[in-house]
Amino acid sequence: MVLKATPHITQNEALVFERSQTGRKGYMLPALDVDETALDDLLPAELRRDDDLEGVPELSEVDVVRHFTRISTWNYNIDLGMYPLGSCTMKYNSRLNEKVARIPGFANLHPLAPVEDSQGALEVMFELQEHLAEITGLPGISLQPAAGAHGEMTGVMMIRAFLDARDGVTEGDKPRRNVMLIPDSAHGTNPASAHLSGFSVKTIRSTSEGLTDLEHLRELCSAGDVAGLMLTNPNTVGIFERNIREICHIIHEAGGLVYMDGANMNALVGVARPGDMGVDVIHLNLHKTFSTPHGGGGPGSGPCCCTAELDPFLPVPRVVREGDRFAFDYERPQSVGRVKAFYGNFGMHLRALAYILTHGNEGLREATEAAVLNARFIAHGLADTYEKPFGSPPMHEVLFTDKRQSRKGVHTLDIAKRLIDYGFHPMTIYFPLIVQGAMLIEPTESVGRAELQQFVDAMKEIAREALEAPDTVLNAPQTTRIGRLDEAAAARKPVLRWKPEAKTTAA
Amino acid sequence: MRYIPNSPEERQEMLSALGHASVDELFDSIPADIILREPLKTPAALSEVELLERFEAMAAKNTAARRPNFIGAGAYTHYAPTVIDSLLQRSEFFTAYTPYQPEISQGTLQAIFEFQTLVCQLTGMDVANASMYDGSTAMAEAVLMAERVTRRKRVLVSGAVHPEYLHVAETYVAHAGVELVRADFDEATGRTVLAEGALDKTIAAVVVQSPNFFGCVEDLKALADAVHAEGALLVVVVTEGASFGFLRSPGACGADIVVAEGQSFGVPASFGGPYVGLFATREQYARQIPGRLAGIAFDKEGRRGFVLTLATREQHIRREKATSNICTNEGLIALAATIYMTTMGRRGLQEVAAQCAQKAAYARREIAALEGFTLPHSAPTFNEFVVRAPAEAEGLLRRLASEHNVTGGLSLSRYFPGRPNDFLVCVTETNKRAEIDALVNGLREVHSS
Repeated sequence: MVLKATPHITQNEALVFERSQTGRKGYMLPALDVDETALDDLLPAELRRDDDLEGVPELSEVDVVRHFTRISTWNYNIDLGMYPLGSCTMKYNSRLNEKVARIPGFANLHPLAPVEDSQGALEVMFELQEHLAEITGLPGISLQPAAGAHGEMTGVMMIRAFLDARDGVTEGDKPRRNVMLIPDSAHGTNPASAHLSGFSVKTIRSTSEGLTDLEHLRELCSAGDVAGLMLTNPNTVGIFERNIREICHIIHEAGGLVYMDGANMNALVGVARPGDMGVDVIHLNLHKTFSTPHGGGGPGSGPCCCTAELDPFLPVPRVVREGDRFAFDYERPQSVGRVKAFYGNFGMHLRALAYILTHGNEGLREATEAAVLNARFIAHGLADTYEKPFGSPPMHEVLFTDKRQSRKGVHTLDIAKRLIDYGFHPMTIYFPLIVQGAMLIEPTESVGRAELQQFVDAMKEIAREALEAPDTVLNAPQTTRIGRLDEAAAARKPVLRWKPEAKTTAA
Repeated sequence: MRYIPNSPEERQEMLSALGHASVDELFDSIPADIILREPLKTPAALSEVELLERFEAMAAKNTAARRPNFIGAGAYTHYAPTVIDSLLQRSEFFTAYTPYQPEISQGTLQAIFEFQTLVCQLTGMDVANASMYDGSTAMAEAVLMAERVTRRKRVLVSGAVHPEYLHVAETYVAHAGVELVRADFDEATGRTVLAEGALDKTIAAVVVQSPNFFGCVEDLKALADAVHAEGALLVVVVTEGASFGFLRSPGACGADIVVAEGQSFGVPASFGGPYVGLFATREQYARQIPGRLAGIAFDKEGRRGFVLTLATREQHIRREKATSNICTNEGLIALAATIYMTTMGRRGLQEVAAQCAQKAAYARREIAALEGFTLPHSAPTFNEFVVRAPAEAEGLLRRLASEHNVTGGLSLSRYFPGRPNDFLVCVTETNKRAEIDALVNGLREVHSS
């Protein structure tokens, strides 16, 4: 077998603060071209900075470029290959989309410039809204939320506002429907967002098949206090909730609304639409399904899409068309309000629209098919080697556990770390929480057959090592600049910043 | 589709090998009645050439992007060294995920650690997080954190805070059991005033922006003393990051939480986002911070590395009891800010700030000398200030744009209907003297004709 990776030299690099040399400069500004005002006339001394920015580094431009280039080489990235983090949809980030976002007419546009002089930007947002409405089957859209969790918060706040408008707000001890139902397999952001929106969270059990337990759902709904349900579909074990229509029906009958976490939309685009399933509101992750880059942790973009019934509750301002021009509409008295200054992560809106137009309607479905096919390929390839906790065929991601390997003392964390030595970024590990030793693998459509096979081979090889040479796996990774870091010690005595006197190297 | 490596033929072979007759079988678990039977009604695919033409055509309609600009109000036009975007476009940075596997994410983690340190240095605080979505959401999170720290339910927010920031905070606290109370600002000075009796032991925090929305530099030291006397926290909001290079740091003035918009640090205006929120506080509140934190860790050989730490505050562990619901933050924009602060460095950050202040002072003087134009607020300013025009500002600014090709500022009537003649002017180091003179001459001509 051809290994995907071999060890190679990486350079050590200090912190920028440790590299700093007094007197170095990495910039040059044009000379001041106005008559100078005396400092004391600009601002009284007691309001002026008096520490001369001590500690801020002084570096040349070359120092800066070498510094960030060197540390960058310590990162794995999509362009190096498969990045199979389940639920994260690490697909190819097109260079064309980067170019689009940097067109000066967009990049240099101030958010508070007159609307009549920003028509192109509003057109981009309006067109993206139209396409997302078509893709989700939900006509009301706000592009304002900055990330998935932000979209979740917006969506459940809209549910709160809708219920209050419908049922009235009663003051007193036992006010409103206040229970948000969330499966035990959900992303942690779901309960956190529900809590932030004033809901109390009740957990729904999953069945042995990995689906929402309908009996438990009915039981929870019978209390009469259910405001809604937050559901990921396909769910976080990678299986489509085939009872989705009935689930929505049960919630609606109980007087609640259904929120769908759109993290896994890469399994559905062009194939099925949340709006047709009975979902009331969903957030999309443009940084997953629509390929805007993750950037090492953001920026994201988490548009909310909802039914016509929920439309009045979307954040303000809304982007609307008025004849042949576009405008911002602030006159939405039932709106939950604003969730972010300005209009959302516009740079991500541009990239997502470029993604949709580059794929075309047929390409969008093709991507979904290829993503599911790739996950099936891995599911099939590893079926004899790793324990698969649920029998149903997976959609875009597949879940295994370390059950077989753990008998030899090799656990999910070890398998993940050993994958690094084989040239792959590990899968999502220990999520969902309900499955012991979970390994959630999402290849996406951006991986070719040969690399999928390399991944399967690597995983099989690791399983063999777990049996025959467990220490190799337990001591992984062995090819990286540094080994496993002592995270427990780091949390006990956190060092969260550099200080001139601080001990930032080991004794 | 060129972004899908496997050709249709290869995919057919893979399907067959898995025992499927057609691709539709992959979706058998989806009930037939919700399977789409026809293609999406989104457009057909565009080639690269066609796509660029479409976006260029839309971009061309953004005529404001091509004019000299004097609007700030939360988004500022600054010089961004070329190396920033060049380094950001390294695959290793922009196509990486959140650094959950530290052994192969050390580049991102070290950069976050450097970002956190730089934010501490600029704000004068002890500890900073890995970023928030933007300044406005960072302020809302600061309000929620103040409630957690003090267990008090009322927060006094200055009326001179950016109106959109205030609006966001109102949304965030709507169901959190926190009451936002407005603190007034003095029309004459343009500064926040805490009315007699406004501060008491029920107040969790006082939130002020400095320079405030009207550009006025607040007396943070005096505010901090008053706030601390009642056991409350002082939250300081900064929308113009360039001011850190010139103004006394909020930390040095006694702030307990500092939140800021980091867009000034080399990030394009991009019609409002993506930007980056800075969040810093005192050491004793580190475990109440929202969002991610990077910290130092060592491996078995004693080699230094960085990890995400204190995760027990966060949603993926603590679920509904987390300090915030935030997960994805603004990592790449935080990196842009880090590269900016490093490239400009100790001297450059101060030189940019000084040039902003100098050029704004020049513009202030020139505009104040115009007949009919006045400066309504007396407090010192940094690079932004309110001008009171002799006529409605909205119309004046529209004519300035169409007749003199200058975006002359922001009419305050957008947020304050009672101030139709006032507009906010922002001057940065990027505004050449000729642009400032064009603004001044334009105002004179538009007013007199």
